[in-house]
Amino acid sequence: MPPVTWYLYVSAALFCIGLFGMMTRRNAIALLMSIELMLNAANINLVAFSGYLTEHTLVGQVFALFVITIAAAEAAVGLAIVINVYRTVQHINADEINIMKW
Amino acid sequence: MTLHQIAFAAVAAVTLISAVFVVILPNILRAALFLVFTFLGVAGLYVLLNAEFLAAMQVLIYIGAITVLIMFGIVLTQQLMGARIRQATQVRMVVIALPVVLIAFAGLAKTFIRPFASAGEHVAAAPAPVDAGTLHQLARMLLQPYVLPFELASLILLAALVGAIVIAKEEKD
Repeated sequence: MPPVTWYLYVSAALFCIGLFGMMTRRNAIALLMSIELMLNAANINLVAFSGYLTEHTLVGQVFALFVITIAAAEAAVGLAIVINVYRTVQHINADEINIMKW
Repeated sequence: MTLHQIAFAAVAAVTLISAVFVVILPNILRAALFLVFTFLGVAGLYVLLNAEFLAAMQVLIYIGAITVLIMFGIVLTQQLMGARIRQATQVRMVVIALPVVLIAFAGLAKTFIRPFASAGEHVAAAPAPVDAGTLHQLARMLLQPYVLPFELASLILLAALVGAIVIAKEEKD
């Protein structure tokens, strides 16, 4: 078994890649994809701790299951909003959608 | 290195390299394709952690549902033939984001991961039990102590389903 810190490093790297995507992308769907990366990083942490620290209770796996559920709901609602925005302003550049700023 | 560690290194490399492609590829449809490989890599990590049920759910929900949904979103909102699909990331933002991300990673490694490296033998080399009862145990936990969050999750899914339909529906006056 690799030590638990290996999983934590992979998870931290995946989270930081998602963060990089959040900061550099302008397309709203690309932002959603970055969010999925970050949620997956959190899930790796939960499952790793579930396997190494509390190996008899599986609490982390149950929690990861709930995170996956929320991620699915978030993707569905987020894409519906993106489609609605596209129908209104004909693009989905996140930094040009500012009609609610005033 | 044991076989387990070699498998871990291979799966982690696939996950991270395809994740990098997800955030840097200018063609967003290709980025979505690399998202599939990232999710597969994460499922592989779950298998290495003896969480087979979660690995199966990862493949079913993330690859089977979310990626397909994202691709639908892409083809519905991009002019595929035109130049609009190329979302060039601005060089200025990359210059700002790269140091921020590196600092964030260093901070995470120092404050969060480093303590576990010296936490003792039971953390460093815990042999996770390989037994067929994991799924049985998971079901028991979901339906006994966590039954309220479980039912709430189904309620959230229903709300998201109805909400997505209402939001995305074309309004005809």
